[in-house]
Amino acid sequence: MVTKHRLDRDVIAMRAAKELKPGDYANLGLGLPSLCALFIPEGVIFHSENGALGYGRLLLEDEIDMADFHYHDAEGRFFLPAPGMCIFDVNTSFAIIRSGKLTSIMGALQVSEKGDLANWSTGDGARGGTIGGGMDLAMGSKRVIVTMEHITREGKPRIVKECSYPLTAKECVNLIITDLAVIEVTPRWLLLKEIAPGWTVDDVQALTEPELIASADLKEMEL
Amino acid sequence: MISNKICADFDEAISDIPDGAIIGIDSWAVSATPQNLIAAIKRKGIKDLTIVTHCLIPMIFGEEQAIMVSALLPQMKKVIAAVVGIQHLGAGTFVEEYERNGLEVELTTMGTLTSRLYAGVHGIGGFYNPVGVGTILEKGKEKRVIDGREYLFEKPIRLDYALIAAHKADTMGNLVYKGIFRGDHPMMTMAANFTIAEVDEIVEAGAINAENIITQGIFVDRIIQIPQDGLGTTQKLKELIRILGDIEPARKLMFKERATTGR
Repeated sequence: MVTKHRLDRDVIAMRAAKELKPGDYANLGLGLPSLCALFIPEGVIFHSENGALGYGRLLLEDEIDMADFHYHDAEGRFFLPAPGMCIFDVNTSFAIIRSGKLTSIMGALQVSEKGDLANWSTGDGARGGTIGGGMDLAMGSKRVIVTMEHITREGKPRIVKECSYPLTAKECVNLIITDLAVIEVTPRWLLLKEIAPGWTVDDVQALTEPELIASADLKEMEL
Repeated sequence: MISNKICADFDEAISDIPDGAIIGIDSWAVSATPQNLIAAIKRKGIKDLTIVTHCLIPMIFGEEQAIMVSALLPQMKKVIAAVVGIQHLGAGTFVEEYERNGLEVELTTMGTLTSRLYAGVHGIGGFYNPVGVGTILEKGKEKRVIDGREYLFEKPIRLDYALIAAHKADTMGNLVYKGIFRGDHPMMTMAANFTIAEVDEIVEAGAINAENIITQGIFVDRIIQIPQDGLGTTQKLKELIRILGDIEPARKLMFKERATTGR
């Protein structure tokens, strides 16, 4: 019998990375989504809001001497220029973001059954202010993949009927990848496609507010 | 060729900016930031400013090391920005004191901000924007359905002044930028009535290939070369990286751990 574990953040990232293939253009959000970069196949072309496409690998802690403020991503992580990289202004960068050509992997606080995304503020009085480019990415991407933990630290579902946190964008999420499941947002319902090893449909449903429809080809999460 | 755009002194370069001016200052923390012009505005104490910037984040260095847009908070009446604070450091809390004292903070998205500048550049009176529908950004904006899709009305932004950080200027005022320092500077230069650019180097007209010029001299009114002891020089920027490298949370944010593989 398989023991029932929540997948750790690296494994969520690994699963999300499988959604990208060489030749895809991708933007990775802060936090968990940025971990996906570790597992994404060679040939995926990365975009950064501050004006770079196709940049090289990120610098490591012991490569500080190689860092140059002229080459870092939107999160402030230094990268190496790479052959084929292009540099542009913010206006062009958001033309790319809003063009429907990027696949966007984003973090989330809540996702609703209609695919509404809340990921920038808990709206609890602590002044939330980092809207950044998230609303643009959520609206403009070809595909929005959300990576997040299935429930909050307090055990509340993050997949909800209606988001209680301030929205990033309405009806924008296509796929939700959590530490328990892979769920596709369809126009009619949430389709449960994959489950973490050892978990059942009922287990996942119990931690999800809206009803999940189990896919006909429901399977164990594959990495 | 004699250029009347070259200015030798930062205080002189900003001397005619009046109180209450609307100023575009692009910035990504210390990157792409016209630090010496900001320092001059701070010295002069020009007040009641409306600042248009993508990122307003707290000062992370001493002012002799690096200066950021947030150094002007005491002189601001209003700020229009997409990022206010750093999420995991308690987003935006550093502006609360200023808000209590009357600072107006207008939050927007990066894409919307640059689109509003674009509208300002082209004399477009506003536009219907799909981004922000269903969010707090709806507040106070006209909503309209076009071909079955909802949009919010956004107004253009025109700037009285744009402060620019570029890599090279030629004596005609044509500019090129280096790496991600290009930022939103090209749009800001065009959206402004008057543009002042600080640059690493001023070169003769013709020294930059015409095809490579990013910002055209017609949009640039004043250029000033950063002196060796100025802010934002290659040497100073290198020092900042070393300083940040010694601060663990900053290092962890900016560099990957050796243990990880791949990108």
